[in-house]
Amino acid sequence: MTYWDKEKECMPREYLEKLQLRRLQETVYRAYAFVPAYKEKMEQVGVKPEDIRSIEDIKLLPFTTKQDLRDNYPFGLFAVPMSDVVRIHSSSGTTGKPTVVGYTSKDIDSWAELMARALYSAGASRYSVIQNSYGYGLFTGGLGAHYGAEKIGASVIPTSGGNTRRQIMLMQDFGSSILTCTPSYALFMYEVMREMGIKPSDLKLKAGVFGAEPWSENMRREIENKLEIDAYDIYGLSEIVGPGVAIECNVKNGLHIAEDHFIPEIIDPETCAVMPEGEAGELVLTTITKEALPMIRYRTRDLSTLNLATCDCGRTHARMRKVLGRSDDMVIIRGVNVFPSMVESVLLNIPGVEPHYLLVVDRRDNLDELEVHVEVSEQVFSDEVRKMENLGLQIGRELESALGIAVKVRLVEHKTIERSEGKAKRVIDKRNI
Amino acid sequence: MAKQISVFLENKVGRLAHVTRVLGEAGINIRALSIADTSDFGILRLIVNDPAKAYQVLKDARFTVSETEVIAVQVPDSPGGLASVLEQMTEQELSIEYLYAFLGTRGDDALVIFKVEDIAKARKIFNEKGIKFLDESTLYKL
Repeated sequence: MTYWDKEKECMPREYLEKLQLRRLQETVYRAYAFVPAYKEKMEQVGVKPEDIRSIEDIKLLPFTTKQDLRDNYPFGLFAVPMSDVVRIHSSSGTTGKPTVVGYTSKDIDSWAELMARALYSAGASRYSVIQNSYGYGLFTGGLGAHYGAEKIGASVIPTSGGNTRRQIMLMQDFGSSILTCTPSYALFMYEVMREMGIKPSDLKLKAGVFGAEPWSENMRREIENKLEIDAYDIYGLSEIVGPGVAIECNVKNGLHIAEDHFIPEIIDPETCAVMPEGEAGELVLTTITKEALPMIRYRTRDLSTLNLATCDCGRTHARMRKVLGRSDDMVIIRGVNVFPSMVESVLLNIPGVEPHYLLVVDRRDNLDELEVHVEVSEQVFSDEVRKMENLGLQIGRELESALGIAVKVRLVEHKTIERSEGKAKRVIDKRNI
Repeated sequence: MAKQISVFLENKVGRLAHVTRVLGEAGINIRALSIADTSDFGILRLIVNDPAKAYQVLKDARFTVSETEVIAVQVPDSPGGLASVLEQMTEQELSIEYLYAFLGTRGDDALVIFKVEDIAKARKIFNEKGIKFLDESTLYKL
């Protein structure tokens, strides 16, 4: 068994928890002292940094949500002056304001360490040729994986997403041994390989590190069989740091959360009560090393469970189960976070269109597709086909520019989309993930 | 001038049957119809004996429905009859959105329902060129 950083990854829990407490206390002091929004939230519940005397005291701290990031847009939650911020990333978030995250140079280095750990766990080494097909740019996937791969000393091919035929040509010619991308893109690459007449045995690919969207065990088997590689799940979110928060080891029985950097909790999404180990609920993460943007009890909205037992691989860090779903109505489509509310605000801006809609997500030929059903109200109805088709195209264009992904619009009859007293069902996900 | 009832229909089994059943039960007679369809939806266009009532019953049955002004033109029921009407419209640069045939006839003439871009202009041209068209009350009674 090889580890990138054995001392940290296999640290006995007793020591790990001491390290966590010290780092948590430091983080809470800094957040309280330098971020007015955190101070205010803590004062509201009557907690002071010195009240955090044990790891369990984390329960006293208020939660942080995506809304807090929006309310403090763009840099309001930063705990360092901008002169110390060396990188800014942002979510694809589109209704109103995106969520913005910042990094100090030490943050970038910790992130690279986390990604190095993750890639190493999937079998990478300085001899690997890592083809990084996560998107480069504001999205954290591309640069996150890139820095980790360089940290290891591997040879990185920064292909980013798209231009699949060329990617495959490079994969063959450069002898890529590890692929990093979304799981659905990996399967799409396989389809294109077949079209090009290239077999997995023509390639040197050994493993893939796949994330940024939920995927099932079935999909893992499919990827592993078709591409003849080992497929590892990686977890992360930009609010916390980006990819590298948790990674599978070769046991593939849960993802190890880097507990020397983050404290995980599982809560009941309704009552917010902390759940005992092993129970399913919403994953809450606290960063304990981040300088620029400390996140205290951030509600990820991802549903999972925690297992604190030492893994067969020897790592002591808690394992989270593959994400089981969401506690809100967000769907991840081709790595892009889509909230139904984004669709709603686009529709409300088109005169005469009523915000009665349904998102239908499906996976066809291994690519996610979003179809939006929109009701035709009397105000927008025309007896001319051309006008109706133009309406569909206009809605499609505006949704695409707001969401950043291709959208098919289907016009449906008035009052055929289910109305609900409480929470309307806005999403049908047919992907079986 | 005449009123056409236009109905939005999804391409789903039984929708057309449902519209016609609703109209039938309200005692409304369909005199002409056409359907424009795309892969996802269709637009049903109807000339009925009582457009106001048809509009209301369809609305009550929760269809997306609208009233559209069309013009019912008398066309000589002989080879080239429609061509000569269309040629005169083309000459006068009168744009046609769509047209479809009416089930009945008027004397020796066939009837064609036209949706034009500019209905006032169409009337003027038809009057000038001696092209006959029906008024509403006559049409609904045919």
